[in-house]
Amino acid sequence: MTSLDTVQAHIPGAVASDGISGASPADYFALLKPRVMSLVVFTALTGMALAPGGIHPVIGFVAILCIAVGAGASGALNMWYDADIDARMSRTRERPVPAGRVTPGEALGFGLTLAAGSVVVLGLTVNWLSAALLAFTIFFYVVVYTMWLKRRTPQNIVIGGAAGALPPVVGWAAVTGTVSVESLILFLIIFLWTPPHFWALALIRSDDYARAGVPMLPNVAGFAATQRQILVYAVLLAIAGVAPAILGFASIYYGIAAAVLGAGFVLDARWVGRMRENDPTMAAALRLFGYSILYLFVVFALLLLDRGAQLIGILA
Amino acid sequence: MENAVVAENGVRLTEEQRRRRRSRSVAIALVLAALVALFYVVTIVKLGSNVALRTF
Repeated sequence: MTSLDTVQAHIPGAVASDGISGASPADYFALLKPRVMSLVVFTALTGMALAPGGIHPVIGFVAILCIAVGAGASGALNMWYDADIDARMSRTRERPVPAGRVTPGEALGFGLTLAAGSVVVLGLTVNWLSAALLAFTIFFYVVVYTMWLKRRTPQNIVIGGAAGALPPVVGWAAVTGTVSVESLILFLIIFLWTPPHFWALALIRSDDYARAGVPMLPNVAGFAATQRQILVYAVLLAIAGVAPAILGFASIYYGIAAAVLGAGFVLDARWVGRMRENDPTMAAALRLFGYSILYLFVVFALLLLDRGAQLIGILA
Repeated sequence: MENAVVAENGVRLTEEQRRRRRSRSVAIALVLAALVALFYVVTIVKLGSNVALRTF
């Protein structure tokens, strides 16, 4: 009996022994990781908005929908594969599969159907480059990150972060049919943002990750090494954040705002660096985790606003 | 309707299981209807004025 079976056997209302599903539509929606999906939609939309040229609004809507569903499929497949470790972590044990409301097979079928559907519809409706990039994103998240890296190396979220960083590239490709330096800068911002974001969480939840056997950096390399690496990535992120202004596809106003936001990120990372390992509150790590979410949202919102201002002629 | 059961193909569903199955069916129907509408609109957009230029 696997640990997942053990968990489900002790949960009232879990999947019945007769195999009848007790899932509600809300359980299937939860499989899509809607909070991650909203970030994916937002960054992909920014990629589309910044891309030169135009796209018909209906086709643009379909592109965003397919990217969102593709991201949701990745989430469902991740929950299918990771149900055993999700059951051991307090943050994830109420997810539909470990809680027994959706069977692993249902999650697998749901994820595969959405993955195939989103890629095919994006290819037929928009273009095949964006569809191929979306397929690669799903493959990278599910196979490379979830199946290969997550349980094996503390660099799991560094390399795996590429999957979360690809949506703006997919959005850009949906409009232009190409991958360019500008879209790769958007990729780089999210790619460099991912490690300090998740390591701040890993510092707070290191016991949880240790119980689940996930080799996050604090559990493997130690507290001090994690603090150092968070600072390194924060500095690199602050530089990448202003790159759109330096490369000329965002205004100087964006550049100034991004520099200030990046400086705030580095400052918070320095506070994490000064935090003691036995600090019961982990306040600095909590603060960085919260700030990192705000940072990414504001940077991409500023890029969108900047592009909007350029289009209506406020900015040159 | 406490502990109500429904016999179907030899399987006895509780009222709660029946309610959840119905809500899943309604959700699938709504998604399929939305897809039909979406594919129709996309087809019209893709055809555009080209529909008048086709050869017979």
